[in-house]
Amino acid sequence: MVGDRRWDRPALEAIMASALDLVVDAEAEALFTAHDAALTRFANSRIHQNVADHDASLRMRLVRDGSTGVATTNRLDAEGLREVVARASATLALATPNPDGAPLADPQPSTAPADLGLVAATARADPEARAAGARAVIAAGDAARLESSGAFSTDTATLAVANTRGLWNAHSVTQAKLLTVMMDGGGASGYAQATASDIRSIDPAAVGEEAAGKAVRSVGPVDLEPGEYPVVLEEYAVATVLEYLSWMGFSALAVEEGRSFMEIGTQIMGPNVTIWDDGLDPRGLPTAIDYEGVPKRRVDLISEGVARAVVHDTATAARAGTASTGHGLPAPNAFGPIAWNLFMAPGSSAKEVMVSGIERGVWVTRFHYVNVVHARRGILTGMTKDGTFLIEDGRVTRPIRNLRFTQSIPEAFSCIEAIGSDTRMVAAEYSGIMARVPALRVARFSFTGATAAEAGA
Amino acid sequence: MQELIDLGLDAAQRAGAGYADIRFVERHTESLTVKNGNLAEAGSDRSAGFGVRVLIDGAWGFAGSSRLERPEVERITREAVAIARASGLATREPIVLDDTPPAVATFHTPFVEDPFAVSLDEKLRILFEADAAMARVSGVTLRTGSMEAAHERKTFASTEGARIEQELVEVGAGIEAMAVNEGEVQRRSYPQSAGGQHVTGGFEAIRDLRLGDHAQQIAEEAVALLDAPQCPSGEMTLIIGSSQLALQVHESCGHPIELDRVLGMEASFAGTSFLTLDKLDQLQYGSEIVNIEADATATGGLGTFGFDDEGVPAQKVPIVSAGRFVGYLTSRETAPIIGRRSMGSSRASSWNVIPLIRMTNVNLRPGAAGSLDDLIADTSEGLFVTSNHSWSIDDRRLNFQFGTEIGWLIKDGRLTQMVKNPTYTGITPQFWGSCDAICGESEWRLWGLPNCGKGEPMQTHRVGHGAAPARFRGVRVGVGRW
Repeated sequence: MVGDRRWDRPALEAIMASALDLVVDAEAEALFTAHDAALTRFANSRIHQNVADHDASLRMRLVRDGSTGVATTNRLDAEGLREVVARASATLALATPNPDGAPLADPQPSTAPADLGLVAATARADPEARAAGARAVIAAGDAARLESSGAFSTDTATLAVANTRGLWNAHSVTQAKLLTVMMDGGGASGYAQATASDIRSIDPAAVGEEAAGKAVRSVGPVDLEPGEYPVVLEEYAVATVLEYLSWMGFSALAVEEGRSFMEIGTQIMGPNVTIWDDGLDPRGLPTAIDYEGVPKRRVDLISEGVARAVVHDTATAARAGTASTGHGLPAPNAFGPIAWNLFMAPGSSAKEVMVSGIERGVWVTRFHYVNVVHARRGILTGMTKDGTFLIEDGRVTRPIRNLRFTQSIPEAFSCIEAIGSDTRMVAAEYSGIMARVPALRVARFSFTGATAAEAGA
Repeated sequence: MQELIDLGLDAAQRAGAGYADIRFVERHTESLTVKNGNLAEAGSDRSAGFGVRVLIDGAWGFAGSSRLERPEVERITREAVAIARASGLATREPIVLDDTPPAVATFHTPFVEDPFAVSLDEKLRILFEADAAMARVSGVTLRTGSMEAAHERKTFASTEGARIEQELVEVGAGIEAMAVNEGEVQRRSYPQSAGGQHVTGGFEAIRDLRLGDHAQQIAEEAVALLDAPQCPSGEMTLIIGSSQLALQVHESCGHPIELDRVLGMEASFAGTSFLTLDKLDQLQYGSEIVNIEADATATGGLGTFGFDDEGVPAQKVPIVSAGRFVGYLTSRETAPIIGRRSMGSSRASSWNVIPLIRMTNVNLRPGAAGSLDDLIADTSEGLFVTSNHSWSIDDRRLNFQFGTEIGWLIKDGRLTQMVKNPTYTGITPQFWGSCDAICGESEWRLWGLPNCGKGEPMQTHRVGHGAAPARFRGVRVGVGRW
């Protein structure tokens, strides 16, 4: 815990050096992760779940002659370290060589500031502070006669990697996240989220008011026939799309295996689309290193619509004859690297005027339960949620019931007509991916289904 | 262990807890992944810790730690108490638990062959044999095989006097072949996608899968799919294979019957449910041949156990009877709200999280349509799809869309043309209402899903679903532009 310095550098070095010293006749990597997390959850306008947990694990990767053995433990006393090294050694002794395996990373010191993304106020946040935040959100909902649900969480995470090649890097970060969904019981709902390294930058009342305002405007939704419409996608929706672009195709392994929509050097989206990954940018949720201990580098993924590059870990980099970009998960793994600090370049449009000129279209606040239909073509499906509105004659006129979309994202991002001048940082619901993105106006977006009023009986 | 249990429960009671429980869990997993003939991953993971849950003035607090030491048990109990008191700053009605009698019992997963006693060589032999069979098929670009085993030992004790010790053993394995050409990617898997079949039981379940015997067929199908025509669009009679139908049950029945979701407790994350309290015993969920039950006692189910993580014994309860919706998955906190006692589905995925209402084995009972061949023979025109590729459903669990790995058109009672990228979509009650045939016991299989996500912090849990292939009329297939 940052607060009591339990995982400061001397403590980490003591554990990791002790474990590495136990390894005989093999290269070795010690990967340490710890987190002190707490979450206050509210529903029906009251706190109903309230939890905290503290865990720390050591993962030992042993490599010899192309073979690898891996073992993990969260018992960190001397006996625990002996046991985990013994288990990794036993697996190594029986493992067969893998010519495509991940080599250990060579020493590359991180130059990121030690306090990048680390805020003591977040690490020290107590249950009373989280309860106060929940109450502020609930108060906004009460004022609008809405039921509030949501969660206010804080997390202090430490990642440290050392290996027998001399690599040593460690980084601790904090994250605070407050989200809410407000509902009226009749089908209207609104959503808001604020995520930051510094809990003090989160204004719970503002989060509550944003969601309440959206829910109030959603009262009395009407049906809209599915079809192809121009859309305005708010930042929450755009961030989800980028999250899935990352899953589908921003990884070198996805390109290597032929399942990515990224064709390097090719115009795959409109010239107004620029997307990059930067784990060191403090405007996101920075992390200095990856799970192989490699310092993060900025990667320009799509520049002016042209697929430029993908993210690498040590294994894909070795096969491609390049260097890791610092996007590795614990190695070895079959999943490959992942881009999880995404940014999309803003444009010049105010979000409020994006509806101008749209004769009949759809305003989407966010998407729900998105999934990949065809990764190579970048086709996603999912539902709209928490604020879907009809645009008529250049104005948002009325709320509509949620729609299902099935859409190729490279196709949609080839017809972006306007890009918001402001960006918003959004943390993904299910993964650790974050994206700072603008709102978008897209000329054509395919809605393939609707949930009519009578569907729920 | 008893000393730490007493320490935590006594400290909670001294601090004013009206109820407290403590869980100690140690989970050991071993996993192997073979990729294109090489051992890509070989891992062994051990995680142990405890969690203390307290109810003070009708509000919950929970804290957990991986340090199994006396001072830490005291510290964590104090933290749980402080959190519960903070919960009291924003509560309404106090939480009241049902009157489930406290149990003192043990449970062990029955198995024949201890998966941790099987050598790495033997496990790799099975995976490499299947890999070699896939490699013999020209055009396959990526071959993967995976195998997992888990052993979990947990102790539950409560201030009511419950004391339960359980040992659960799980295994799983599967293979997948991928083929790629210009602009197209196709996969086939066996016995199902997303890591294969998972069960509670021993290594005999892995041997029974006979991965090597099915490897060549899925490899050939992956390659053939590259040049297969696109699944047509329109309304069709649809026959859904067993594993895909299991996921359909999961998404469109398993989740909406979670009573915490119905009561709005998941509204900010995964959503709510169309199966609101007024629907209980009233709604015709499906056709009269649709019978669904939640069965935590089913042999080999991934959602099978002796007691849930509130100390409630495993049970088998009806959910849908002759098409009518009759039951929810419940916990000790939620069951009294509908005037019932918990049916035992409150489960925590690990020591460091609270139990939530989770599926056990939510099973579609077999019907009277005989074998899959019989059902196809009884269908003049339609589409047969199997093995999941993609899934999505709305926040009330009504509007769903699934994609499968493969499909075949049906003409005059026979499978004819293979089609690629099949998708189908619908609205839950209408879809189940259109079910007019379910295959019999011989085609029924209990599938394990090891990756069901729910809650904040997200818990990924292990659940089961039994299903036999079934037929649905007038389903919209081939969604979207291709």
